[in-house]
Amino acid sequence: MAQIITLESLLAPAAPPTSSAASGCTASACGSSQAPSGMDPAVWERVKDHPCYAEEAHHYFARMHVAVAPACNIQCNYCNRKYDCANESRPGVVSEKLTPDQAVRKVVAVANAVPQLSVLGVAGPGDAVYDWRHTRETFERVQAAIPDLRLCLSTNGLALPDHVEAIAAMGVDHVTITINFIDPEIGARIHPWIFFNHQRHTGVEAARILHERQMLGLEMLVARGILAKVNSVMIPGINDEHLAEVNRVVTQKGAFLHNIMPLISDPAHGTAFGLFGQRGPTPAELKALQDRLAGGANLMRHCRQCRADAVGLLGEDRGQEFNLDQLPAEAAYDPAARATYRDLVAETRGEHAAHRDAARDDVAAMDAPAVLVAVATRGGGRINEHFGHAKEFQVYEVSPEGIRFTAHRRVEQYCQGGWGEDATLEGVLATLAGIACVLVAKIGDCPRQSLEDAGIAASQDHAYDWIESGIAAWYAQRYRSTVRLTA
Amino acid sequence: MAYKIIVSQCTACGACEFECPNAAISTKRGNYVINAALCTECEGHFPAAQCAAVCPVPDTCVKV
Repeated sequence: MAQIITLESLLAPAAPPTSSAASGCTASACGSSQAPSGMDPAVWERVKDHPCYAEEAHHYFARMHVAVAPACNIQCNYCNRKYDCANESRPGVVSEKLTPDQAVRKVVAVANAVPQLSVLGVAGPGDAVYDWRHTRETFERVQAAIPDLRLCLSTNGLALPDHVEAIAAMGVDHVTITINFIDPEIGARIHPWIFFNHQRHTGVEAARILHERQMLGLEMLVARGILAKVNSVMIPGINDEHLAEVNRVVTQKGAFLHNIMPLISDPAHGTAFGLFGQRGPTPAELKALQDRLAGGANLMRHCRQCRADAVGLLGEDRGQEFNLDQLPAEAAYDPAARATYRDLVAETRGEHAAHRDAARDDVAAMDAPAVLVAVATRGGGRINEHFGHAKEFQVYEVSPEGIRFTAHRRVEQYCQGGWGEDATLEGVLATLAGIACVLVAKIGDCPRQSLEDAGIAASQDHAYDWIESGIAAWYAQRYRSTVRLTA
Repeated sequence: MAYKIIVSQCTACGACEFECPNAAISTKRGNYVINAALCTECEGHFPAAQCAAVCPVPDTCVKV
């Protein structure tokens, strides 16, 4: 079971601050915003504790999904509603459907146990807006129990225009629409049918209706100031090239964030695409498309494509700890743990922001190539996970342009408690292809040697440092001779 | 003159219950069932049976 970061571990000793971070004013001390450069401070206030809407927030805050809205009004070729497996981690998959009453019990239990919890989402299986009665009842009751929990939902958009007013009235501030196409001819290859106005529509006609409703829904959200995220599934040979057009249109209509997700496709999933042998994109293809679209709506690169009943920080899933049979029949919400955690994050974040800025200045002074660095972290924005314990690595691109999170790469945990499996290490090495250096809290001699043999450096010199500071320090050391001599 | 639900195929999503104009669909011990006495096959309401039109699994809401 993934271990969630504790309050204590966030207070772990940090490495001495690097260079300029030690002096000068920090963002918080100056009273200015800690928002990433270019973001409106007012928007930052609304996303800073939403792990999906702000990359920076996903180091600190956790989300949970409740599967209360199982009914759907469209069919997608990447979805098969009959299957459900506890070992699968992908959108739309869930182990147990919940009634609103059960969902409230679960949310309270998680809020008491996971102080990082900041967001409750309804994200399938099914459509949260089409099955609005269930979503609304859940939200109303959770809002009464835990007023400061952010509410978030995702939808295919078909029923969205009918409920935007109700969504806005309820204070739901974050809505995700899955938009895979602009051209109905392409849409018809992804969505075989829709149910709209008491009729089943198929083919291009169905896709055209869906497109019109999605655009209307997006415009209505933006007009009401609701932050709209657009999810697009990247399907090679069908809409991969077309997603540039999707990006252009949704950016122009005011989408806050565009999340391009790779198709997950396997015959065993029983989806139309899986059975047909449609492949998903490679990580390199995904990154190439994302890089090409930089400059449009902000691209979300830290999506983990989590299960529809996921609980925890992105990248971990504690959902199995909170199954219905494990929940107390009655539980009162205790706000203390979440409040303590929030105070702590507010404090450490100012420090993190200052170090991040200092690291950016440090690499800007370098004359060195762009390279990828993988980091093992348990959250909190620090390099604080052992190599062998990592279930994923966060990949940053570092160049004189800055230090930018680009993706996560999932691996099988190498360490089995004192020993490691060679076959697992092989898999980890393959997953880390193209990485220049792995920064970890600790690593054994044997895996370090294997990494080096594969041309990947490994360092524990920056253990417990802020991620950006550690990367900048490693980069400066690696390319020491190429520091630009400036006056 | 009625529809029925093939339980072994049903995903229990509830979309049919939501759409039925006759309130003929309900859950019995976790399974959705159609009350044949109330089902009109949507005649007089809609051109097609709503349960079959919205159901995500082919051949699951079928004519008796």
